Amino acid sequence: MEVLLYIFAVLFLIILIYPLYFIIIASFSDPSSVANGQVWFYPKGFTLDGYTELLKHKNIWVGYRNTILYTIVGTAIGLAVNIAAAYALSRKDLVGRKFLSLFFIFTMFFSGGLIPTFLTVRDFHMYDTFLVMVLPFSVIVYDIIVARTFFQTSIPGDLWEAAQIDGCGNLRYFFQVVLPLSKAIIAVLGLWIAVGYWNSYFNALIYLKNPNLYPLQLILRNILITNQMQSGMGTGEAAQIALRLASMMKYSVIIVATVPILCVYPFIQKYFNQGVMIGAVKE
Amino acid sequence: MRAGQPAVSGQKWGQIRRNWGLYLLLLPAVVLSLLFAYKPMYGVLIAFKDYSPALGIGGSPWAGFKYFDKFFHSYQFSTTIKNTLIISVYSLVTFPIPILLALMVNQMRGNRFKRFFQTVSYMPHFISTVVMVGLMLILLSPSSGLLGSVYRLFGAEAPDLMGSSGWFSSLYVWSDVWQHVGWDSIIYIAALSAVDPSLYEAATVDGASRWHKVRYIDIPMLMPTAITLLILRVGGLLGVGFEKVYLMQNDLNITSSEILSTYVYKIGLLSSQYSFSSAINLFNTVINFILLILVNQISKKFSENSLW
Repeated sequence: MEVLLYIFAVLFLIILIYPLYFIIIASFSDPSSVANGQVWFYPKGFTLDGYTELLKHKNIWVGYRNTILYTIVGTAIGLAVNIAAAYALSRKDLVGRKFLSLFFIFTMFFSGGLIPTFLTVRDFHMYDTFLVMVLPFSVIVYDIIVARTFFQTSIPGDLWEAAQIDGCGNLRYFFQVVLPLSKAIIAVLGLWIAVGYWNSYFNALIYLKNPNLYPLQLILRNILITNQMQSGMGTGEAAQIALRLASMMKYSVIIVATVPILCVYPFIQKYFNQGVMIGAVKE
Repeated sequence: MRAGQPAVSGQKWGQIRRNWGLYLLLLPAVVLSLLFAYKPMYGVLIAFKDYSPALGIGGSPWAGFKYFDKFFHSYQFSTTIKNTLIISVYSLVTFPIPILLALMVNQMRGNRFKRFFQTVSYMPHFISTVVMVGLMLILLSPSSGLLGSVYRLFGAEAPDLMGSSGWFSSLYVWSDVWQHVGWDSIIYIAALSAVDPSLYEAATVDGASRWHKVRYIDIPMLMPTAITLLILRVGGLLGVGFEKVYLMQNDLNITSSEILSTYVYKIGLLSSQYSFSSAINLFNTVINFILLILVNQISKKFSENSLW
């Protein structure tokens, strides 16, 4: 019984890890060896051509820069907006608390839909701007609920009463007392929001048309899925080489786009688990 | 406020005035929600109008249920609904898998292995949808991918899974399981960690086997969480995500990959039929809403678990 459990667990791990491992070794291998099925456990025909080709690809760097900007600015805005709202909603003496909670929760289940939202963004002259990538959708109700629960359970109500007696106002109390006590939830939400921005492509697909504003994911889509690099390559030997480089780049581009997130993750895993658990007791 | 005092409106006003700082903290979130969540809800009206950009939402002439009618009678109606339902019901069937995983993790004794197992099982969750679909295209390619290599090892020709309509729903659902099963299990692992150890001890004294403990302690412990999550899932039954399906779509699998949300996108943004697209979208939202309320009601009746 015990043994069976561990055999199953190890099999499960292999199924999860092997595809990722394969991408890594394939990115360092000669593409024809990969295509011929000679690459299984270690790189064959070691080469860095995929990565050097990637370095020459200007779009990727533009995308990288944009994604970093969107992630930093978007996360800052998202944290400010959601944490502040969550704290206010956590206070039992907030008049209209129930109504305000419903006001946010309703938007989780009902929305105007794609076209009305699109028209709204356009009416505000945000279509194809930097701002559309970081502002309009920064209210995340699920995160507000999680943070609200955190404040309710970990900031003792007596603290506010004491501060009030000392003549401290709500805002000063929030910034000088509550925030320093809430590093865990700020870390969790910050990372959730940041991962969301790093990986998102939907808003860019809908609201951007200027390629200079494209985030990395949209450029990845062009390379990985719609194969836009292979167009207009001519024929013969040049085309062969181009094709070879294109297929190599597919592996290396996945590594380059994913590794930053996977690198941070083990260090903050502890906080991530905490966050999900806070979410779990929200009912 | 002291307990037992009647809520007089004058007092309430006083309290609102005293707590003005809290309302200031709420302001950005409220304003953003009004502008980008509630204002578009008003825009839903264009589903009932012949929307023309020049006249705006208010000025465009009414069209009644014309666009709903058009959708119900279009040849895409049954296809998109059928595809959407197949994919969502299929996903729903995989709902217990994270629970099984959590039960398994809970049985592991070695702390280091357990932690390693969990760390690895969450990892795919952080891969973006674009990369995920890219991975599938690369690995499942019959000519140059891993799948092709495996088939050739046995001297066979690999099928083109991504380019076949029969495989679409399976690929969609199982790749999702692969990516999120570890992450989805966290919430159940958390619930299991809340089990009082004395329960297990008492069960041991009564001669319960390991399996008995899982059956009579762990599983009942997980039910409330599972039911809550299940209600939410059923409420979104017709809301299968646009992103991944759209990325996985190609000319070869389109007969089984065209779902409501991709259709809304194509009709609306790619061919600019705003009113028609909004009508389809609204139809989708209303059905979801009804499902959510229905399932919540049923669950309230039979298990005392509900969202509200």
